[in-house]
Formats: sequence, C-alpha cells, structure tokens
Amino acid sequence: MSHAAAARAVLDPAHAPPFPKAALPVLRNPQLRKNVAHAIDVIQSKRARLVAEKTDWQELRASASAIRAHVLDHLAEYLEQFEARCTAAGGKVHWARDGAEANRLVAGILRDEGVNQAIKIKTMTSAETQMNPALEAAGISVFETDLAEIILQLGEDEPSHIVVPALHVNRAQVREIFSRRMEIPDLKDDPQVLTAAARHYLRQKFLTVPAAISGANFFIAETGAVAIVESEGNGRMCLTLPRVMVTLAGIEKVLPRFADLEVMLQLLARSATGERMNPYTSLWTGVTAGDGPQSFHVVLLDNGRSEILKRKTERQTLKCIRCAACMNACPVYRQTGGHAYGSVYPGPIGAIFTPQLMRLEHAQSLPYASSLCAACYEVCPVKINIPEVLLELRARVTDRERRSFGKFFDPLYWGLRVANLLFSRAWLFTAAQRLGRIGLRFFTRRDGWIHSLPSVGARWTMTRDLRGMPSQSFRQWWDTRPKEGR
Amino acid sequence: MALPNLPVRKDWPQPMRVSLFITCYNDTLYPETGRAVVRLLERLGVKVDFHPGQTCCGQMHANTGFRREAFSQARRLIRLYRDAEYVLIPSSSCVAMMRDQYPGLVDELGDPALRKELNAFLPKVFELSEFLIDRLGVEDVGAYFPHRVTYHASCHGLRGIHLGDRPFRLLAKVRGLEHVSLANLDRCCGFGGTFSVKNAEVSSAMMAVKLQDVLATGAEYCTALDNSCLMHLGGAMHRQFAGMKTIHMAQILASTEHSPAEEFA
Repeated sequence: MSHAAAARAVLDPAHAPPFPKAALPVLRNPQLRKNVAHAIDVIQSKRARLVAEKTDWQELRASASAIRAHVLDHLAEYLEQFEARCTAAGGKVHWARDGAEANRLVAGILRDEGVNQAIKIKTMTSAETQMNPALEAAGISVFETDLAEIILQLGEDEPSHIVVPALHVNRAQVREIFSRRMEIPDLKDDPQVLTAAARHYLRQKFLTVPAAISGANFFIAETGAVAIVESEGNGRMCLTLPRVMVTLAGIEKVLPRFADLEVMLQLLARSATGERMNPYTSLWTGVTAGDGPQSFHVVLLDNGRSEILKRKTERQTLKCIRCAACMNACPVYRQTGGHAYGSVYPGPIGAIFTPQLMRLEHAQSLPYASSLCAACYEVCPVKINIPEVLLELRARVTDRERRSFGKFFDPLYWGLRVANLLFSRAWLFTAAQRLGRIGLRFFTRRDGWIHSLPSVGARWTMTRDLRGMPSQSFRQWWDTRPKEGR
Repeated sequence: MALPNLPVRKDWPQPMRVSLFITCYNDTLYPETGRAVVRLLERLGVKVDFHPGQTCCGQMHANTGFRREAFSQARRLIRLYRDAEYVLIPSSSCVAMMRDQYPGLVDELGDPALRKELNAFLPKVFELSEFLIDRLGVEDVGAYFPHRVTYHASCHGLRGIHLGDRPFRLLAKVRGLEHVSLANLDRCCGFGGTFSVKNAEVSSAMMAVKLQDVLATGAEYCTALDNSCLMHLGGAMHRQFAGMKTIHMAQILASTEHSPAEEFA
C-alpha cells in the first residue's frame, strides 16, 4: 500500500501548498522519484533518437512556431471560421468564459440528451475545469478510458504529467489498484495481464455508455474538424460507439488549415512519446448520418486565455501543443514529479501557464520552480521561450509582493534591496566586502570553510558548505600590482 | 625565462587591450580566478585593464524578479565600459545575462540613447573561452596541469551562449591533463542563483543527482567556466568529504610547470 500511504495531491492551484513545500514529500519518497526518473529517461532517450534522425527538425520547429504565432495574432477570425464550418457540418459550438461555465454547459448538454453516464477520452482541459467532480455532482457518472486515467481514477490519485498522467505509478502499484478496485485477488503484474483486465473493464463501458467527452489536440478552422491523437485506440472507441459526443477545448488549440497538421503531427509524436507517429490519429467533422455520434457539441473554453493573449511576452504560452517535452527535459520535474506543482499542468509549461490562468492570484511560487537552465526552451517544438516568460512572471510577482506587508520582513527581499544599494557605488561595494569578511570570520571554521549560516544563509548551508572569504578581494589584489606596463 | 611552446602572438599591430569585468562574486569570493585570467592573458600578450567602478551585472536581481534594480545595474555597467575595446568576463552566466536580458530591460525601462550604447557594448563582450578561441585564435595556451579533470558544462555556457566545444578544445591542449567525460553533460547542477535558497530542497536533490555523475568520473578536479556552479558542487563535495575539488578553467589554463595553479589552502 505504498502509494496509498501518501496523501492525495492537491491539483487546485487555489488550495495547493507552495511549490517548495509541496515538493518535500516527493523528495523524501524514493519509490516515486525512481518511477518518475525512470519513465522520463525512457521517453527522453527515445525522443532524442527520433529527433536526431530528422534532418529538418529545426525547420519544422520554425514552421510550427510561425503557425502558432500566426494563429494567436488572428485568433478571433479563426475561431469564428471554425464555428461556422463546424456548425455547417452538423456540430454545435458553445463558448465558455471559465471552467465553471464549461462544466455547466457540458452537464446541460448531457442532461438535455437524457444521459447520466459518460465515457471520457483523456483531456487535460477537463482536468483544468475540474469537470469530473462537477459532473458527478450533477448526477452524471464519468468513466475515464485512457489506461493511465483509469489507473488514477480507480487509485483515487491525480495526474502528474500531461501526456503520461500515471507516470509516477509503477507496474506493481497498478496491479495493486486493479486487484483491489476490480476485485481480482490473484492478479499478476504482467503488463499483458494488466491491460487485459483494463480491456475487460472498458469493453462494458464502451458498449453501454451513450455519451463521450473528449478534449482536442487541434481543431481546424478551414474544415471545422477536431483532431485527437492517442496511443491506445480507446479514444477511437469513444469517438465511434456513443450516440452523444462533447468536445472541450481551449480556444488556443485552433489551426488555420488542414495542411498545418502535417507540421504539427511530425513534431507532436516525436516530442511527446518518442514515436515517429502516434498509433491513432482521429479527425471528425460534425455529424455523419448513420456513422458515429449523431449529436456533436464543441465547448470552447477561455478561462483566462484571452487575458494571456493581451500580454506581449506571455502570449507565447498559448502556442503550446501539450507535448510535455519541456517537463521530460526539466531537471526540476525529474526530481519532483508533477504533483508538487499543485496544478494539472506541471513542469515548465505548467510553471508559466498555471499562474497566468490564476491571474497571479495563486500559484505565485511556480515561476520560481525553475533553475532557468533553459532545457525546456531547447526541446520545445513550437519554440516557446519558457525562461523568458518565467522571468516576466517573476517580475510581476515581485512587483506585487514587494508592496505587501508579509514580504516586508522577508530577509531575501531585504538582502536584495541592500545588495542593489551596494552595487550602485563601487566604494559601498568595496566597504561591504570588507565588512562581510569581518562578519563571516565568526562563522568560518579553522579549515577555512563555513559550515553553518543563519537566516537565508541556512538555506544554503543545509546541504552545502561555503568557502570562507579570501583575505583579499580581487580588486584589492589588483591595487597591489605595479602600475607601469599595464 | 622563456617557457616552452608558448603561442604568444607577436604579429598584432599593437597589443590588444581587454577590460576585465571580474563579476561581483568572483571579486569577492574567488579572486584566484581573476588573478589566473590576468596571468593567462598577459602571458598571451594581451594588456588587461580593470575598471575600479565595476560591481555587478544585475543577474541576481533580474532572475529573482527585481527588474528595476537589474535595469539600474545594467545601465551603470553599459556606461562604465563605454570606452573599452573588449570586455572580458570569466563567467558564462553573466555574459548570458547581458546578451539575453539587457536588450529587453533597456527596451522596457530605458531610453533610445541607452539602447544605442547597448548595441555598441554587446559585440565587445566576450566570455573567456570565446575570447581565447574566437578573438585570439589560440587553443594551446601553453598550460600544464598534470591531473585528471572532468568538465561541467554550465547551462548558461551550453544553452545560453552556445560555447559548444570551445572548452574541450582548450582542455585538450593542456599538457599533462587527462580529461574524463561527464555523463549527462547537459543536465543542470541545481544551482540556479536564488533558486538554490528559495527552493533549497529541490536544488539539493538536483545537486545530489549531478554529484553522482561528477564523482563517478573519478577525476581529481571538476572544472567549469562558471564559479557559480562550482560553488554549488564544490560546497557539496566539501560537506561530503568527497575526494574531488572544483577549479575554474581559467586557473587550469593559467597553470604552467613553473607556476602551478593557485589553490585555496
């Protein structure tokens, strides 16, 4: 019961603890860290191999970046075009200002259709709006069909990755969850046995549940089509068997032309799962008589996105195609996994997207959850300069915090204020070096190293020593040099 | 006395002059790195200036969100080096700060006149290995360092200013030096400036993982072109009584048979 021993992660940024605090239980959990690092390393090495074989990888990135930037510059036009084409094809388009409105709309659609059960294709956007509990509260039972999402739903756990949501759970833990919740006492942890158990569970749902809910990887303005890419085929089942289909998508997911998929799909599969092509790519356009769902709805979600669009540096956040390459490359994520971010969007993209969705009212610790190593920017298939956005958000958080009463006593804030004063005049800086040398002498041991410091310094010396200050700064040494011949 | 194989260039019309921006933390905590840079450059026939008005590039403030403070430090620094021919900086992260962040800061908070000064300033800025290879055209600086060494690529050196194979080319020509490759070279050591105190636990976890790779090389020294990463890794090595030390690459390059690298006692 190792997994159940940990408290359930809080992925609501309004209630989640700040990142440094939320990371602590993970850092102390060797099983979890091993699961995350192992899974990440497998995906990373597959991705690296496949990216290396594409000679036009950088050109593809440049195209994708240009397409996504173009979309954001003309978002309203493309959304209206999509609405017109989708409606003409027999779909119905709804607009949701925020998550609560999206959930109300979806519940209303299902109620009007007279259904009280829905199967789901993996969708992070519905996790963003916290749709499952909202639908359950409205009397509608929802069943996840993505294998990882089943593991989480049955294990009463939360997603820790946007492409591989149960990345933090290993096979033995899956066996335990399935055995307990599907009531199969002698279940083996052989992958084939486990997937067979999931298939048996799913088949009943596919054949009996009359409605399905999906997200969208892309939707196409030119044709009114919706595109989903997946690995298991369970999404395909959801798209073909039920009578009612509801698709929820953020407004930024639109692409201008069908042909743009050519660029996006080459990048997405390689970046996300390290595959040349994902096994199932489904596209559907409105309603076709006698084939597939006969009632089709698209809910387009804003939820703060149009605010992000207004900001010059931050708007690139919306170029994201949710491949998760940034979190797979992130050395912070590799240690903490996804739950520490307190959001359904973890990793570097989550560190910039989540606080903006919260209008910086919550999740202010996330822009600081990065060492700014820029590995995320290097791998991003649509060239989002995540470090640049992190810095922009840090500046906004600081501008807000520095006026607050709580931060008035923060030693780090005072340290930075004093440092700025010292850096403004060389004589002050030099004086501070001399004073610092005297002050630190008190903490410096005979071996010339500092092993323990108070206040903010203790955050350094908790795991690292610090070499004591040298008897002479560089500038003091320079002044002792003979002047001629320099 | 003449040293063997010294590639001192005598064909320059007049001696090159560089102004050394030592950086605030090297000045205060690692003066031996600065001394090594001076020794190395003078040995190669370069005249070194040191502007006493220099303090900090503003990176710590910019990366923590204190943009106004970072801007005032950037403005101060750009003006300070108005008359310099080259500005040499033995720290990739400070160079990356100038190239990546100064333009944005100046555009946001500055005036057009300062932007002009910045445009004149940036091409003069060189990181140490850039200056040696791109400007002086030397790979063999005549160094001797008879030790097993592993090179840690700082994130700012690797992805920020794209140093590429420059550090390896320089190390390859150091006599007596045996270079041992570091696994997962592109992985961050977890320092990250104020990240190391704001997220001290996560930073330490990253460092622990990095240190495994570094110690597995069996090297005597871990070197880099950034003392900030080395402060982090070296501090952990010292805490753990690990049998390895850190040393800035300038100190390796300055070291010769006759005058070995300065070390902290």
